[in-house]
Amino acid sequence: MSDVMVNAGSVAFQADGSTGARKGVQVNRLDGGLIKGGKPLSFTFDGKRFKGFEGDTLASALLANGVRLMGRSFKYHRPRGPLTSGSEEPNALVELRSGGRQEPNTRATVAELYDGLEANSQNCWPSLQHDFMAINDRFSNFLTAGFYYKTFMWPAAFWEKLYEPIIRKAAGLGSISFAADPDAYDKGFLHCDLLVIGAGPTGLMAALTAGRAGAQVIIADEDFLLGGRLNAETFGIGDLTGAAWVEQAQAELASMPNVRVMPRTTIIGAFDHGIYGAVERTADHVLAPEAGKPRQILWRIYSKRAMLAAGATERPIAFENNDRPGVMLAGAVRAYANRWAVTPDQTVAVFTNNDDGHRTAADLIAKGVKVTAVIDTRADAPAVEGAELFAGAQVIDTRGRLGLESVRLRLASGITRDVPCGALAVSGGWNPNVHLTCHQRGRPAWREDIAAFVPAGELPQNMAVAGAANGDFSTAAALRAGADGAVAALSELGIEAKAGELPEAEDAPINVTPFWYVKEGKGRAWLDQQNDVTVKDVKLAHQENFRSVEHLKRYTTLGMATDQGKTSNMGGLAIMAELAGKQIPEVGTTMFRPPYTPVSFGVMAGRSVGEEFRPTRKTPSHKWAEEQGAVFVEVGQWLRAQWFPKAGETHWRQSVDREVLQTRNSVGICDVTTLGKIDVQGKDAAEFLNKMYANAFAKLPVGKVRYGLMLREDGIAYDDGTAARFAEDHFVVTTTTANAVLVYRNMEFARQCLFPDMDVQLISTTEAWAQFAVAGPNARKLLQKVVDPEFDISNEAFPFMGCGEITVAGGCRARLFRISFSGELAYEIAVPTRYGDAMIRKLMEAGEEFGAVPYGTEALGVMRIEKGHAAGNELNGTTSALNLGMGRMVSKKKDCIGNTLSEREGMNQEDALKLVGFKPVNAADPVQAGAHLMNANGEVSAATDQGYITSAAYSPVLGCSIGIGFLKRGDSRKGEVIRAVNPLEGKEIQVEVVSAHFVDPEGERLRG
Amino acid sequence: MGKFDNHGLKAISPLGGHEPREDAFAGLLIREVTDRALASLAARQGRLEAVHSAAESFLGGALPEPVRWRAAGEFAAWWMGPDLWMVSAPHDSHELLAGELKQALGEAGSVVEQTDGWCCFGMEGARCFDVLERLCNANVRAGKAGDATRTSMEHLGVFLLCHEPGQRYSVIGPRSSAGSLHHALVSAAKSVI
Amino acid sequence: MIINHPILGPRDSQEFTYLGDASLIDRPDWQADNAADQFCDYLYLRDNPAGAHRELWFHEQGDRSWLVVTRNTVTHEILNVELARDVARARGRSK
Repeated sequence: MSDVMVNAGSVAFQADGSTGARKGVQVNRLDGGLIKGGKPLSFTFDGKRFKGFEGDTLASALLANGVRLMGRSFKYHRPRGPLTSGSEEPNALVELRSGGRQEPNTRATVAELYDGLEANSQNCWPSLQHDFMAINDRFSNFLTAGFYYKTFMWPAAFWEKLYEPIIRKAAGLGSISFAADPDAYDKGFLHCDLLVIGAGPTGLMAALTAGRAGAQVIIADEDFLLGGRLNAETFGIGDLTGAAWVEQAQAELASMPNVRVMPRTTIIGAFDHGIYGAVERTADHVLAPEAGKPRQILWRIYSKRAMLAAGATERPIAFENNDRPGVMLAGAVRAYANRWAVTPDQTVAVFTNNDDGHRTAADLIAKGVKVTAVIDTRADAPAVEGAELFAGAQVIDTRGRLGLESVRLRLASGITRDVPCGALAVSGGWNPNVHLTCHQRGRPAWREDIAAFVPAGELPQNMAVAGAANGDFSTAAALRAGADGAVAALSELGIEAKAGELPEAEDAPINVTPFWYVKEGKGRAWLDQQNDVTVKDVKLAHQENFRSVEHLKRYTTLGMATDQGKTSNMGGLAIMAELAGKQIPEVGTTMFRPPYTPVSFGVMAGRSVGEEFRPTRKTPSHKWAEEQGAVFVEVGQWLRAQWFPKAGETHWRQSVDREVLQTRNSVGICDVTTLGKIDVQGKDAAEFLNKMYANAFAKLPVGKVRYGLMLREDGIAYDDGTAARFAEDHFVVTTTTANAVLVYRNMEFARQCLFPDMDVQLISTTEAWAQFAVAGPNARKLLQKVVDPEFDISNEAFPFMGCGEITVAGGCRARLFRISFSGELAYEIAVPTRYGDAMIRKLMEAGEEFGAVPYGTEALGVMRIEKGHAAGNELNGTTSALNLGMGRMVSKKKDCIGNTLSEREGMNQEDALKLVGFKPVNAADPVQAGAHLMNANGEVSAATDQGYITSAAYSPVLGCSIGIGFLKRGDSRKGEVIRAVNPLEGKEIQVEVVSAHFVDPEGERLRG
Repeated sequence: MGKFDNHGLKAISPLGGHEPREDAFAGLLIREVTDRALASLAARQGRLEAVHSAAESFLGGALPEPVRWRAAGEFAAWWMGPDLWMVSAPHDSHELLAGELKQALGEAGSVVEQTDGWCCFGMEGARCFDVLERLCNANVRAGKAGDATRTSMEHLGVFLLCHEPGQRYSVIGPRSSAGSLHHALVSAAKSVI
Repeated sequence: MIINHPILGPRDSQEFTYLGDASLIDRPDWQADNAADQFCDYLYLRDNPAGAHRELWFHEQGDRSWLVVTRNTVTHEILNVELARDVARARGRSK
């Protein structure tokens, strides 16, 4: 390393002068660091006002202000402070903001400070200092591993009413405000040659190497400051400080248009085939997002190659009472000092099993912090300058109320000693961040020399791992791995990159002697501070035979919740291995799954919330219907008019009854554009439809329409509609609104996969035509006023089931179909969609003299029930053509989808369900859809079930409620009185079995 | 909206207005396009070559390759799927485009009027890339002029035609969802710009 | 997952609709003596291999091609992608 260190001027602290000035406000603020000077930022924690600086996290600012206590633990409500300085934090969970923007369980260690930040502690009552639930701590012997399983087993009846509410109230961490989140969240899609995950020395070197080669590069880091550990350490790169080198690298990356640098962006998961999920926090570091701007963005990144350069996470050592606020990881203490110019206390001790811990002591001493002891578990620990070294010693207990005051040591000589300190920096070695390598079932392997798991086995496709994430802990090794990794990844893509000459950097080896926990002591030594799991709990799990790592996790909750055991899993595994008499690699690790860190539901939902949950489809008459005050209903994505209330109508039934009666008595108009329309052409179009529909189409004359029923291959009916023949080789078929997509998909399947040589072409035309049903005895008279006079639509010239191309309104192209869903004399008329709005107005104007009414989906439903037409309730996935009374329609002379299997014995039994109608014996009784049918007398049971009612409505024509449904042998039971029962509501009425065709059973009206 | 409104019915745009809508942002203009007639053209079984040559003489240019679109004079066409294209022409002069095309192709092709099945939004300006990457998974930054990509935006299947990479695109989606598609485009623009 | 479409190149599997075993192409002859049995097997009997599996995917948000995708159901590795129409013809289907 060079002696000359160039400081990164723009990021170093230089503003408000002396140490004294900084200390004046913030007792534990040091000199230097990468925080920015200038005006301090003001924030509150539990209502108390504090000051911090730009570049602080909430945790660093609180520590600077002498606040170590930041939260209460999950189970025992033990007072806790931050253990770490990063996203692995188990303890310092807080609630940020309030109202709709309140966010629970946020790690104070990654919450970027901004002016006006409002933070509150959670999981405590009435206050963080005096938490009533800390009483749990007294009962800790009772609340051990498996507590829930053992305690709440019985009586079973207590579970739902008593146990679950108690547990739910006591458990859980933060709270939510129940106010709607006012912010927007975006989704987005990015593509790259190389995705670099992590912007420490490895990642930056990789991005520089790949960027210089012209590759499309994305480099993402969860931190708001690039550089990773370079910001937390004092050693430099070449002639520069770490931070200055980062700044230089960042400037070069920013100058390359082929490189996208994404700070504040966490890669949350590695998915199949190079797809990565990333959450970019675009506005979490400001008071509120600008109008229209998202708080966060969920990116889907398509990468050709990826490099995991996610660094490593330090792990603690477990010892008695190691959870007092002030006990922290050594690397975190160093980061607070070097990056944030903060010390957790003015006196600090260090407890380590490796050389890295000594760096913390050295850096603190250099910053003027008093280091009261360096306790190294290794008897051959290296010498320390400026502090007392206890080699071969251990920390066996701690003291202090709501924060650390002293630690008790067991020295190598066997005697104990108390050392005063307000913070203890603990290092148990470093674990490479292998998480993303395991998202596709990769299993890490143990490396003895660093006493840690490293990526191994099958990594996600096209992912490579480099630097500390791969177990190469020195800065020099990281730079080399980043450069070489980028060259290798790009060469696989045919892009030539050069590693070039790398700057000099520290290259110290990691000397670590595994040491997981201090065996001495009867109290609790905490492994997983977030879930309050102790060494004893792991021992208990072992004793009770929950020995596989996955069982250990579920039984003790070790490694669960927001931190997913990033600092605790390793210790638990090591202890389990020791108890089982196994090696650590034999015990293995639990499976890491996405997301890497917690992800908000808001960003998962993106913009698909509320009314924008999915796109809305509007009918051509929508604007006009709105003007009429129509009530709309969602039918799939469509918004359809449900009914059109008139002045004075106070109940929907009044509107619907009026629409039905007026249609049946004169004429009504309904927008039926939503029906699926598929254009079928080709020489084999008729033959193709023969395959699609159960009934025959080959002989349908040009200019005619035919009803068609579609079966699934298992013989169950699934859709119906009409097919109109416009030419020998041209049909337009309709589907139900709900099944339009499915029918089209099935038709394409038949065309491409079953009958690939048929000459048939398909395309949807649903949206291209605005189609209106004009129904009622005056339908023809009305249409004659709209259809251009050269087209004769008299009954003779244009009979029932006719179709043709015409013009309307003086030359507008249109299609006319004489089909009827209502049972009345009816037509459907279609014009190009852009004219749909004008057409509905024209039709209503022409219908004025007849008192024409628009009708909505309710009246449509009533009329089709009155007519006994099947719809979705009848085509319910269990019914065949036979059940629907269309058994004879299924042609036996030709092959069609579903034909063969519809002939199965079970589908053709004598007592098969048949579609019939039902009228209440007492006209005032309402018929209910879903009611089951029972014989007039006898038991009401599943065994005596005779069928069920599928659709019911009040028929204004009959003046009573009516229903249609399926009854065993229904077609031969007309006139019989049976019971329609609804055991759920304790209702039962008598109904008479009638024809499903309540209105005009002979069909005279529609032919008239 | 078009000279064929000379009958008694007045057209409205997919967004419901009588004039196409425009939304301007710094570096992006989103414009509702209503002046094109559309017709789909599918080759009949075994008649691909005949379709190619008939279409070429009608359009004054060859039908485009997969995932491409091409303009020739007043006509344009894009590839929709195997043996299937969409042809477009000015609505004022070609309201009956489907009929004209069928005339030209005869038995070799199946033609279906598609004019009002779709809505179209033009996107113009330097911020196209930034906005499009919030909307669809197409690799627009690697795209070329003449790309015609079927993709989805906020759950809607659309065609994305590239006129000039990063500068000018057409987004063509289902007409009944014009409001939702427009809302998605504008929201993305507001989010980015 | 990324499906390498034979015409369009790599496309996100989100654009596709999954159907199932590519044996659904082999629809039996309705006039065969044991047609009912054959149809039962065709419709209800499927192999469920842990490993390479030929399956039908529909590019619904794309060019509307049906594809036969050979995919390892354990690793999601995609071994081969063909147009279903070509597969159907090769397996003797016509009209």
